[in-house]
Amino acid sequence: MIPPHSAIRAATEWLSARARWHPLEVVFWIGAFAAIYVLPGKHLILTEIAWLGLFALSLDLILGYAGIISLGHAAFFGFGAYSAALLAKHEIINEPVLAMLIAGGAAMALGFATSFLVLRGTDLTRLMVTLGVALVLRELANRYGWLTGGADGLQGVTIQPLFGTFRLDMFGHTGYTYCLIVLFILFLIARRLVNSPFGLSLMSVKGNPLRASAIGISVDARLIAIYTVAAGYAGIAGALLAQTTAFASLEVFSFDRSADLLLVLIIGGAGYLYGGLIGAIIFKVMQDYLSVLTPQYWPFWIGMVLVVIVLVGRDRITMWTTPFRKLAMRLDWRASARSTTPASSEGH
Amino acid sequence: MLTILFDGIAYGMLLFVLACGLAVTLGLMNLVNLAHGSFAMAGGYITVVLVNRLGFPFFVSLPIAFLASAAIGFIFERALYVHIYRKPHLDQVLFTIGLVFMSVAAVDYVMGSGQVFVQVPQALQGKFDVFGIGIGRYRLLIIVICGLLTVGLQGILTYTRFGSRLRAAVDDSRVARGLGINVNRIFALTFAFGSGLAGLGGALGAEILGLDPTFPLKFMIYFLIVVTVGGTSSITGPFLASLLLGISDVAGKYYVPTLGSFVIYTIMIVVLIWRPQGLFSRASSR
Repeated sequence: MIPPHSAIRAATEWLSARARWHPLEVVFWIGAFAAIYVLPGKHLILTEIAWLGLFALSLDLILGYAGIISLGHAAFFGFGAYSAALLAKHEIINEPVLAMLIAGGAAMALGFATSFLVLRGTDLTRLMVTLGVALVLRELANRYGWLTGGADGLQGVTIQPLFGTFRLDMFGHTGYTYCLIVLFILFLIARRLVNSPFGLSLMSVKGNPLRASAIGISVDARLIAIYTVAAGYAGIAGALLAQTTAFASLEVFSFDRSADLLLVLIIGGAGYLYGGLIGAIIFKVMQDYLSVLTPQYWPFWIGMVLVVIVLVGRDRITMWTTPFRKLAMRLDWRASARSTTPASSEGH
Repeated sequence: MLTILFDGIAYGMLLFVLACGLAVTLGLMNLVNLAHGSFAMAGGYITVVLVNRLGFPFFVSLPIAFLASAAIGFIFERALYVHIYRKPHLDQVLFTIGLVFMSVAAVDYVMGSGQVFVQVPQALQGKFDVFGIGIGRYRLLIIVICGLLTVGLQGILTYTRFGSRLRAAVDDSRVARGLGINVNRIFALTFAFGSGLAGLGGALGAEILGLDPTFPLKFMIYFLIVVTVGGTSSITGPFLASLLLGISDVAGKYYVPTLGSFVIYTIMIVVLIWRPQGLFSRASSR
């Protein structure tokens, strides 16, 4: 049955209203790019924030938009990191940007292959399967030490200058610019993706898979697609880490990394694209501060933050953004009359 | 060959005692508790302190480890876990991971990051041969204790009033509530008992599994395998799953050491894809 014209028009209008750029978004990105010139001393941590933000964005795509709980997202991150590091080490591809794209593609292929594993089952099954995939990859990387360097990590990686001209320096000046541009481009793609009819259908799948399939959405195909894309994003994030540090170790696959990532996303709030980015900023600053105080015991504080967040309630945690949102609404002169309610509500 | 089987059975029995509390809490409250290993670690460290530092006899410290872990479990259940039953799985995962991280760092702070061992009494060390099978005394003790516990648990579940209430609550907690069964109290007791069993398992297993602050993280996946493969509708399922896991892990590490834990993880993924409800579980009624 073809839906009536008015319904199509309403849906299109709703989507295009969501897709419009908000003034605060513009401010956010101007701030991020201004940091290249304003904060030259902080470029190392800013680089980490940039790839962590991209990684969290990738988890947000599957957790916040499609509702798949993953405890093994580090699998794709690590796969991308090792791919990029190996390509550079054996001088297969000397151009870092191209190598980064290929690493992302490799992670995407892995994501596509493993996406069929997360289609079935309950939350717990998905949790176990994603965790299992990451553990298997870690075992493999450990086992094939001749290729990956085993427990010592992959050493002796030299990254050639970007496009043959921009050398990645040790202060992270080039690295930050590079990561930020990649993050921005991928963010634009993700933004386009979630504000498309495809993104809308994903949200309906998250809300209720049974009903979504009843109105003609092929649930499995959507989940496979978004899982593959998210894996590619995670792979590129891993590749950026490997390229900016010229190193890859087994730690990229670790459970802690996947768990930390969940925390990053939860701090910022899942289900909107800036959640991962804001979470990455808060997490890295917190880590920087706490690990100076107690270098060995800082997982304790991470754990405490997680426990407190859950006990207080995730929706209430992100309530600190309410004044900003109100301010944002007032600043947004175009959206004054319309009371659009983006499906930001959590819960299953 | 038979020695490996024997060791594998001991290992599997130990895993069962460690994980059966998790199976019940998952089946009863649909609670994803990744922090179960922390209670086991608590039991292990309590035994280490009692035996090595305070000079308690080994056999006296085992019941104390059980009781102390059960008490810790009870307090945590009443104080913290009650708040997260109704929350989505994501929240439960975050919360319990948080507890794991906190317990790992806290134990690291108090006890140091190195591996610790329990001084097992002289009588339990060494091996003896029966028809050419080398049998470790300590492992025999584990099999005996865990075997008795399993039989006892099965007996409690099958023949007592508490057991039938518990089974009713696991099968369908809403109807059980409707029949006037206080599911929350049953759950609190079961949680405490399961934590106690985990603590006892940790105390017994400190010698075999090794005990260090990362214990909950290292064995989390094993507990989850037992529970997901065995299913949560009975305790025979997890029991068979633990034996299978124990034997295949010991045999795998002995015969094909190069593959390491790879085999276990792969088997787990395959089983979960093939039968998401668990190998030994009947179709869920929900």
